[in-house]
Amino acid sequence: MALLEVKNLGISFGGLRAVDNLNMSLEKGSLVGLIGPNGAGKTTAFNLLTGVYRPTDGTITLEGSSIVGKTPSEICKAGIARTFQNIRLFQKMSVKDNVKAALHNQFQYSLLESICHVASYKKKEKEMDEKVMEILKVFDLDVYADTFASNLPYGKQRKLEIARALATDPKLLLLDEPAAGMNPNETAELMETIELIRKKFDITILLIEHDMKLVSGICEYLYVLNFGTELANGTPDIVLNDPKVITAYLGE
Amino acid sequence: MENKKKLLINVVIAIVVYAAVMILLNSGLLNRQMRSLITPICTNVMLAVSLCLIVGFLGELTLGHAGFMSLGAYTGALLSLNLPFPPYVSLFIAIIAGGCVAAVAGAIIGIPVLRLRGDYLAIVTLGFGEIIRSVINALDITGGARGLSGIERLTNYNHFTLVFVLTLIVIVVVSNLINSRHGRAICAIRDNYIAAEACGIPVSRFKIMAFIISAFLAGIAGVVYAHNIGILKPANFDYNTSIEILVMVVLGGMGSIKGSIIAAVILTALPELLRGAADYRMLIYSIVLIAMMLFRNSNFNAALIEKKNLKAMQKLQKEGK
Amino acid sequence: MSLLNSILEQLINGLRTGSIYALIAIGYTMVYGIAKMINFAHGDIIMVGAYALYVYSSILKLPLVAAIILTVVTCSVLGIITEKIAYKPLRNAPSLAVLITAIGMSFLLQNVALLIFKATPIPFASVVNVSGIRLGSLYLSGTTLVTLGVTVIAMVALTLFVNKTKAGRAMRAVSEDRGAAELMGISVNATISLTFAIGSGLAAVAGILYISQYETLMPTLGALPGIKAFVAAVLGGIGSIPGAMFGGIILGIIESLSKAYISTQLSDAIVYGVLVVVLLVKPSGLLGKLKIEKV
Repeated sequence: MALLEVKNLGISFGGLRAVDNLNMSLEKGSLVGLIGPNGAGKTTAFNLLTGVYRPTDGTITLEGSSIVGKTPSEICKAGIARTFQNIRLFQKMSVKDNVKAALHNQFQYSLLESICHVASYKKKEKEMDEKVMEILKVFDLDVYADTFASNLPYGKQRKLEIARALATDPKLLLLDEPAAGMNPNETAELMETIELIRKKFDITILLIEHDMKLVSGICEYLYVLNFGTELANGTPDIVLNDPKVITAYLGE
Repeated sequence: MENKKKLLINVVIAIVVYAAVMILLNSGLLNRQMRSLITPICTNVMLAVSLCLIVGFLGELTLGHAGFMSLGAYTGALLSLNLPFPPYVSLFIAIIAGGCVAAVAGAIIGIPVLRLRGDYLAIVTLGFGEIIRSVINALDITGGARGLSGIERLTNYNHFTLVFVLTLIVIVVVSNLINSRHGRAICAIRDNYIAAEACGIPVSRFKIMAFIISAFLAGIAGVVYAHNIGILKPANFDYNTSIEILVMVVLGGMGSIKGSIIAAVILTALPELLRGAADYRMLIYSIVLIAMMLFRNSNFNAALIEKKNLKAMQKLQKEGK
Repeated sequence: MSLLNSILEQLINGLRTGSIYALIAIGYTMVYGIAKMINFAHGDIIMVGAYALYVYSSILKLPLVAAIILTVVTCSVLGIITEKIAYKPLRNAPSLAVLITAIGMSFLLQNVALLIFKATPIPFASVVNVSGIRLGSLYLSGTTLVTLGVTVIAMVALTLFVNKTKAGRAMRAVSEDRGAAELMGISVNATISLTFAIGSGLAAVAGILYISQYETLMPTLGALPGIKAFVAAVLGGIGSIPGAMFGGIILGIIESLSKAYISTQLSDAIVYGVLVVVLLVKPSGLLGKLKIEKV
């Protein structure tokens, strides 16, 4: 059984059909790219998968159970985490607390324990701290643990967002243009990190990206969107040489 | 380790403050006017700290905090006037009940929070505050505009220990909460509610939670207020009162519990101690509000922060290597 | 017959108060549309208008027309100044900061008035010198006639201005997309100033009409009509000028009917209740549209 199964997914905003008849099937452990020209509906597809928008038709199932109609926080609990195209960090919180906030559902204790700071609170907090540092180390962010998120350089902010998403212990990680605004060196480093976290955390990754070097370098399978509908899918070498795809990107 | 040190310092500060006030009270160094300021200072600290939870940490503006306070004050006063128990037992029940009634109102006001943010929410809370006041004004049981009098003064300076303990409880509750998974969720919502939701934090639940806790604590402050002043009038809980509390939070740096406490102490004590300044009090408040906001968002302030960050960054990079 | 008569009378009262609310609400709505902020101090401009008229006509003994014109000019200038000093530096600041500044501005105006004119209410007889008319058993006072007349004229003029002139078009463009308008060569600063000037000018007119009705000057006189007009603007859908007119009149009628038939003491609570219900059921108001944040 596929990890994520999307069937006939569609959404309309008034008369605009932003995503139409999208079908996807992601196997567990795969690294899949979602590409397409600007305005093709890629981010909208992410918003549908994470419950920001409710689809007007179609189904989304994660490990066999439907997630349509769930709130974003419920979907996160179910196992889908994401990053955002325009970075959305908790700016006025420390790097450590950014990740800690994402551990919200992993380490639970009651409001009473929060207010009284009893022994069980201290134990859980200590476990959280250890987990946070473990995740931050993967991204070489551990030295910045006490820095405000807003003070990090751009590339590190992107990394922190991925770290935060991983902290929710997802089965599926959605990355929305992770290499946007990065120089070639940073992009190369990012590709390594993505490979690394995929193995280390044993997760499935779906990413939106315009950097074709990155896409062809790490993705095993691609879906191409154009005008909200699926244009092609297949392995990178087939899809990227498909005349339809080239026309969609470059025009006639 | 560092946390323990901080905790120790705070405990020492609390003991010193308590001891200092007790010595001043018992040695008779304080005149009547200064003694009568002690409980209002504590009440305002409670109000400012509880409002700080919403304005500073949840990042929403409410203009109806005096409404929560009035619910606590009237509930507490009516209970201690009518309950047949010994005064302190009644007061205890009044404090709990006052907090609870305010918390229920907090939950009701929390509902619009789910749909509204920013400006609209501020206006709705203002509306709620005014509705509460109008209703209190129109009811018989609250004495209407004439007020509710004859409340036993169980929280005036003669009962400083009790008032001090209550104030400490309010401060500890809020500061502990902020350093917990619940508090982090609340701050995450302030910084970016969309990302918070995407990280598995149920935004609606935590917004309502913040409102309920804040209202509960404001309700307790209201009970203390009622049993210090002895007579309640709806006019004591108008829009201006809400703004006064807001000024304390803003002056305290919005999001700093210590700042809110210090601002509450200063803004309560100063106008009373400086004769003549009382006339200019609201004028000064308004200028403080505008100046604080202009400064916080000025280029000058941004440059200061940047400079500080740069230094910290350089230090980190050195350590990294 | 007498019930019908009393209802009609209340409706006219409501229409009179409502048109004052509408004039104020337009200021809120225009500023919100263009500067994306709630100008809390707007209500206090009404107060300034009332005091200014008092100073010009009663103290300086200027002729009425000159006094009225000067009042409107004073308020417009004040509106522009408040924007330049307090709001302009905060254009890119979080909305919480702007709102707090606006609240501070409102308090500042009130307290400056308090220092100059003291807290004791000053009686100030109506400047409206028009005799009322009788329609059957119904009596329309001079103030009512003038209020309705002035409101209609102001609204028609404003609608024409916004829809037919170049400056009006610039305003609509800025409210739609400030950045794009700027790129098209529209001076955003000038447009925002103009908006504050018009809004405050209308508030001055509202202040004159309001004081003609209540005939007592107090530093806090603007707060209540200000907040109610804000409710009206929200009711009609903030950002929409026809919405503000419509909302103001509906709110005036609701208030006057609830004062007459429910309870005088609770009429304010009812007005706020309307606000809460509207915001909960249809936050965009009756004629407004809601913007959704893009993810």
